[in-house]
Amino acid sequence: MKSAVIVFPASNCDRDAKVALKQMTGKTPAMVWHQDSELPDVDLVVLPGGFSYGDYLRCGAMASQSAVMRSVKAHADKGGMVLGVCNGFQVLTESHMLPGALMRNAALKFVCKPVGLEVQETQSGFTRKYENGQRVTFPVAHGEGSYFADEDTLDRLEGENRVAFRYAKGENPNGSARNIAGILSEKRNVLGLMPHPERVVDDVLGGTDGRALFQSLIEALS
Amino acid sequence: MKITPEMVREHGLSDAEYARILELMGREPSFVELGIFSVMWSEHCSYKSTRFHLKKLPTKAPWVIQGPGENAGVIDIGDGDAAIFKMESHNHPSFIEPYQGAATGVGGIMRDVFTMGARPIAMMNALRFGEPGHPKTRHLVSGVVSGIGGYGNCMGVPTVGGEVNFHPSYNGNILVNAMCVGLARQDKIFLSAAKGAGNPVVYVGSKTGRDGIHGATMASAEFDDASEEKRPTVQVGDPFTEKLLLEACLELMATDAIIAIQDMGAAGLTSSSAEMGDKGGSGIELDLDKVPQRETNMTAYEMMLSESQERMLAVLKPGREAQAEAIFKKWELDFAVIGITTDTSRLVVKHKGKVEADMPITALSDAAPVYERPYTERKPQTGEPKYDKAKPVLASLKTILASPDMASRRWVWEQYDHTVMSDTAQVPGGDAAVVRIHGTNKALAITTDVTPRYCRPDPFEGGKQAVAEAWRNLTAVGALPLAVTDNLNYGNPQKPEIMWEIVAGIDGIGAACRALDFPVIGGNCSLYNETNGEGILPTPAIGAVGLMKDVTKMATVAFKRTGDVVILIGETKGHLGQSIYLREIEGKEEGASPKVDLAIEKKHGDFVRKLIEAGRVDTVHDISDGGLLVTIAEMAMPRGIGASIGIAGLPEAIPFWFGEDQARYVIAAPFAEAEKIVAEARAAFITVAELGKTGGDKITLDSKDSISVADLKAGFENWFPNFMAGEEIPVTN
Repeated sequence: MKSAVIVFPASNCDRDAKVALKQMTGKTPAMVWHQDSELPDVDLVVLPGGFSYGDYLRCGAMASQSAVMRSVKAHADKGGMVLGVCNGFQVLTESHMLPGALMRNAALKFVCKPVGLEVQETQSGFTRKYENGQRVTFPVAHGEGSYFADEDTLDRLEGENRVAFRYAKGENPNGSARNIAGILSEKRNVLGLMPHPERVVDDVLGGTDGRALFQSLIEALS
Repeated sequence: MKITPEMVREHGLSDAEYARILELMGREPSFVELGIFSVMWSEHCSYKSTRFHLKKLPTKAPWVIQGPGENAGVIDIGDGDAAIFKMESHNHPSFIEPYQGAATGVGGIMRDVFTMGARPIAMMNALRFGEPGHPKTRHLVSGVVSGIGGYGNCMGVPTVGGEVNFHPSYNGNILVNAMCVGLARQDKIFLSAAKGAGNPVVYVGSKTGRDGIHGATMASAEFDDASEEKRPTVQVGDPFTEKLLLEACLELMATDAIIAIQDMGAAGLTSSSAEMGDKGGSGIELDLDKVPQRETNMTAYEMMLSESQERMLAVLKPGREAQAEAIFKKWELDFAVIGITTDTSRLVVKHKGKVEADMPITALSDAAPVYERPYTERKPQTGEPKYDKAKPVLASLKTILASPDMASRRWVWEQYDHTVMSDTAQVPGGDAAVVRIHGTNKALAITTDVTPRYCRPDPFEGGKQAVAEAWRNLTAVGALPLAVTDNLNYGNPQKPEIMWEIVAGIDGIGAACRALDFPVIGGNCSLYNETNGEGILPTPAIGAVGLMKDVTKMATVAFKRTGDVVILIGETKGHLGQSIYLREIEGKEEGASPKVDLAIEKKHGDFVRKLIEAGRVDTVHDISDGGLLVTIAEMAMPRGIGASIGIAGLPEAIPFWFGEDQARYVIAAPFAEAEKIVAEARAAFITVAELGKTGGDKITLDSKDSISVADLKAGFENWFPNFMAGEEIPVTN
């Protein structure tokens, strides 16, 4: 499985994504600079967490206009897999590769803590190694992670089983609509989620619940 | 322009200091030169009141690579790696504009660390606010915490811990001390000595604006009611640009183009150029027309004194400008050659074809005034405080855990990204943060500590205790304490009683650092923390770093199993003077501060650390604020595992459970291991007691009274969020 991590100037989970991919797949991902308009030949593109261009405008808004995102869209259009974590999820919604928007947390504060999630959909290349309904714990670390979409869109996401992760009962850290933590694209080859699976692949750091996501990708892409 | 006595005074210079300037210059200074003297001779930049005493601190050890005097201190952590760290205050600006003041404090200390070639890997902060009921406190807490988070989170450096205290003495002067720890290879450490003539001086980072002019001078004066009018001297932070600057500098540092590099912090272009020239023994000539400017028609005076953020000054090897420029262009940052090093040892500033300043650099450094200010000793408070012996112990425990200084700080640290970089092995809330050294099994333990309420009655013992507690916290997670950075926050040094607090505090720190083999490798002084003549509690904050060889052996405070034996290491005389118990339950701040026996401190700590290193113990908590019973409750709350404890033949319950005697730890271990530990401690003449066993969901005393751990936890966790949500808090005075 070959992968690439997109590096915006203020990405700050790019190294974490690289380390997790290296640890889980045995292969070092290509690190692709935001001004590059061409992607290397890869199976998976990761949009990491961070602040892309400072995010003084809406989070991810400027990144959605960057040179590299045209190639990421083309990659997804061809059926290539794209994983957007945290800021990466924001970039995906701003780029209209996923529906909805991520708004300021309901409590109006940045929040960093482990949260309980339920895996809601295992029919995807990102989640096939989880059990349906499995409870996992990933950390969140964001100021703008409140998922919002109109009712029709939310109904459609649920009807098409595209809600991959939901915050468990009482765990919603940001006021997201219908406790949504992560969603799939129509073709199920793009996943955006606010919690950080790449921060839970190592026992020393308090958990390994994120490993199955990478194991799913390895299986799906081999 | 003719320099008038008013101008001299407005620049914070005394008549004697101005006379000295005339002598050093051999003529009347220009207005720009006066401004340069003003900032370089300010307390903030020159340490003129403390330098004489700071020299007494121990700064050397075989593992110290760089002691005080550079942007940050450096220690050897083995395998060719170095830890680089420093703590610095941003008190005055944070009171005036809490969000930007705290944010730029974080940015400044990060630059101090990455300018030396290190990638920052952890941030800490030590915060002090006025009493919770003061009308400004909530606003300041909220602004400071979001400012620290706003900057650190964007930088992608985890903020892994710190401390927060409330006390009325900080009502008009809050303290915001930020610490940054970075990691570098020992053969890639960059210093600020601009050696050699004819080398290009380059400016990189943000453009220069009119913000922050005279910030260093503001930070060197007392506040009065009009201080908020000083808001224009607070700088505005831009963490995005800092992130670019960090990555660009590290990329440039991977080449060998740099001779010297220094961040533009307090006093901006002035101090960075003067310090680099001074350390390299060279002169520097600057052409201000080349400085990237954000505003039009800036004068030489404004440019030299601007404290615009996210800027660096570097001296390159000749001919390497294009290589450096390409890197900064890639990161879309300003890059300009603005000067050259010379062999004249003079700082020459040219602007629009005119020489605006031409002065000997030594006049700004070595010749800066040093004062041995007079001090008057106050008798330390003594005596045994009185207390009501009939008060129920467990009810008091509940009250204490839900009090402002003891309640959980979760509300604070959940606003900081503390897990980014995927190396945080111990998150905030324990004795020390633990951050793995990337790609290895080693880790750094980091803490900040001081108990200001001990420092007013007895500044010497208070200084000792701050160091001892930092050492103990590092030990309690299993780390070997290596070195210290100090952040000395005091009132006006021109008052003999305050000067005594400073001198005694430094002496106390020195005594403890010597006894514990714990050198001071850097630091910062923040004086004049006074408003309308009222000074803060003396607050010598200690930031400290230790090394763990095997992160998997790390200890944490949480009880982990039922049936573990709860063991108390260290002697409990029941010292209630200046304790949390006395303040929260009896409403008194009185008595003697606890004394630290440094030899015993070392003996007990070494004993505990060996147990952790050998993998024999994974549950350890040092005893500090609140005493033994609070410590046990803090071990019970994380996982909701209670304990049944007691001790036979206790003459007085309250001093035993709540006294703040030093050099103590609580550990919990399975029975067989516990028996061995107790026997070994006794054989080593260490006072040790078995208090009982873990289990159940209550804390039970002497098999009689009990209290639910969940109940305790509710009060402990809820105080901070309720307070910040606007719950009414009475004002004490």
